[in-house]
Amino acid sequence: MFEKALTGDKRYWGWIFSLLLIMGTGFIFYLKQLDYGLGITGMSRDVSWGLYIAQFTFLVGVAASAVMLVIPYYLHDYKKFGKIIIFGEFLAISAVIMCLMFVFVDMGQPMRAMNIILYPTPNSIMFWDMLVLNGYLLLNLTIGWTTLNAERNDMPPPDWVKPLIYVSIPWAISIHTVTAFLYAGLPGRHLWLTAIMAPRFLSSAFASGPALLIILCLIVKRVSNFDPGKEAIQTLGKIVTYAVIINLFFFLLEIFTAFYSNIPGHMHPFKYLFFGTEGHGKLVPWMWTAFILSIMAIALLINPNMRKRENILMVSAVLVFISTWIDKGMGLVIGGFIPNPFEEITEYSPTIPEILITLGVWATGLLIITVLYKIAVSIKAPHPPLSPQGRGLR
Amino acid sequence: MEFLLYIRVIRIFVKFVFNVLENMETNRRQFLKIFGISTLSGLGSIPAIWAFTQHSALSTQHFGKRWAMVVDIKKFKTEDDYKKCIDACHSVHNVPDFGNPKDEVKWIWKMPYKNTFPEQEDDYISGEMKNMPFTVLCNHCKNPPCVRVCPTKATFKRADGIVAMDYHRCIGCRFCMAACPYGSRSFNFRDPRPFIKEKNSEYPTRAKGVVEKCNFCEERLSKGLQPACVEACKDNKALIFGDLNDPDSEVRKVLETNYTIRRKPELGTQPGVYYIVGAKEDV
Ligand code: SF4
Ligand code: SF4
Repeated sequence: MFEKALTGDKRYWGWIFSLLLIMGTGFIFYLKQLDYGLGITGMSRDVSWGLYIAQFTFLVGVAASAVMLVIPYYLHDYKKFGKIIIFGEFLAISAVIMCLMFVFVDMGQPMRAMNIILYPTPNSIMFWDMLVLNGYLLLNLTIGWTTLNAERNDMPPPDWVKPLIYVSIPWAISIHTVTAFLYAGLPGRHLWLTAIMAPRFLSSAFASGPALLIILCLIVKRVSNFDPGKEAIQTLGKIVTYAVIINLFFFLLEIFTAFYSNIPGHMHPFKYLFFGTEGHGKLVPWMWTAFILSIMAIALLINPNMRKRENILMVSAVLVFISTWIDKGMGLVIGGFIPNPFEEITEYSPTIPEILITLGVWATGLLIITVLYKIAVSIKAPHPPLSPQGRGLR
Repeated sequence: MEFLLYIRVIRIFVKFVFNVLENMETNRRQFLKIFGISTLSGLGSIPAIWAFTQHSALSTQHFGKRWAMVVDIKKFKTEDDYKKCIDACHSVHNVPDFGNPKDEVKWIWKMPYKNTFPEQEDDYISGEMKNMPFTVLCNHCKNPPCVRVCPTKATFKRADGIVAMDYHRCIGCRFCMAACPYGSRSFNFRDPRPFIKEKNSEYPTRAKGVVEKCNFCEERLSKGLQPACVEACKDNKALIFGDLNDPDSEVRKVLETNYTIRRKPELGTQPGVYYIVGAKEDV
């Protein structure tokens, strides 16, 4: 089916080459990082995870896009999602690949990455995270590819895919839960030590994943002759609406527990994130942006009449996406390290090479999405009126 | 292609199952050893008998040693008292000096009281006390979170309680740094070798991209020596080192006769580094 990705107009190739350019730049800087060490980034002894792990954490959420389509379609027989379910699965594939890449570029000794498998350590959550992420990737690859292939041949998907699809539902929940456990089980990191970490991961995932899916579907609609269906997109909008509201609710729960209990360790990270501590407040503007954007998104989405307008839906999806990206990426990961175990403030900001490497990974993910979506669209789209010469070339 | 992948998955799974079984086996043996049942089952009877002759008290759950340190802060009087210990450690272990806080690697260092025990915040403690430097290092916790999270067992707990590192296995994921509630771990953000003042060929240098921390001088203990920092300040006995499982050891005596505290005891990590806090004794 890959040949479908090799035909396209000027715009398509222009986009592909710009992505390749960004990937190339990222790769060159990654080689530099390999040579110099992670000191090339803004990370330090105190803030020992940064932009990379923030992207990883955020993207695990985006991978939830698939399950939010799979559940209504397969469990509730919501046929409207039939056309776009493949987009959810393909987005999940690209998101999980980006996750794995971000973990990889974050390693100090990437050549030893296989040690996680050679010395399997079940007491380490990272071991389980590696298993569930790779499993989810395999599941979506298999499911997506087989169903699309079946569709191309005008056949129903083979029977053995069904059980895999059902397995993929709890599996999607597991990738969020296990990733949340990476953080939620660490003594002494107050921002992370919370039992609703996994629910928060799920709520923000169910907001950001479908939000990105809305954006992508609307783009697909504009650049191709494939229409994902108005109603399907509207339903996604509803899912996002519920999820952002629940996400905000969970956040307020955290604020209540921290501030009503008045336990200093629990309040410190929130104070740092939203007001700054001892004159350090690099994340303050970011956190308020995230907060305000999510309020704006809720205001736009909660009114069905507004939500029905595709432009407004698009804008709200972008707001949700940016807001969760800041909050779950930078806010959660960096905030967990500040203050440090000695209650000192060491701030973090990413360096240029770090940002370029990050963009490189994102470009790789976008390239994967583009190629996969291109394939899906060329199989699904109603055939354009064929010119006499074009006959048989489809 | 798919077939190969399945084979790989199966292999990983089998390895994993073996690993779990192996863990269970060690746990079972330990259990048998502790309760002396092994003599009945005929398994490992020699270690069980050995254990019981060594420790007659049934309440002792530990067999072998549990190394620990007491920091007597009253004995650190001058700037030099701190420097001696720190320099001794950092020079024998080839700890680099990058000269900037971002890349910093340290095994033992000074921290004001208010940062060492932040939960003791009190408006009425004197400023002098708040800023009094404490020596801090890895606590070699009994329940070390760093060991729990390490995905490769590059950080592991030895039978004698030392939390050790395998620099050749560490993948540099820094999960252990996020997990350590004491900020004891450093990462080699750059190649440390050019920043080592004087190389000690007896101890390995590290590569960039791995984590490191205090090792309680396991390499010296195995030769029957005291840790380098302890030796460096032996004149005034500011650091006392020994085996917690030996009731006659010096640490045990010091712990019995002094009021000591540990860092963040509420986390259940059971640190192996104790502090005697008090006003400085007269010089
Ligand atoms: S102090 Fe930190 S590094 Fe040392 S054993 Fe405890 S958790 Fe691990
Ligand atoms: S950085 Fe090394 S020692 Fe620390 S958790 Fe990762 S592999 Fe283990």
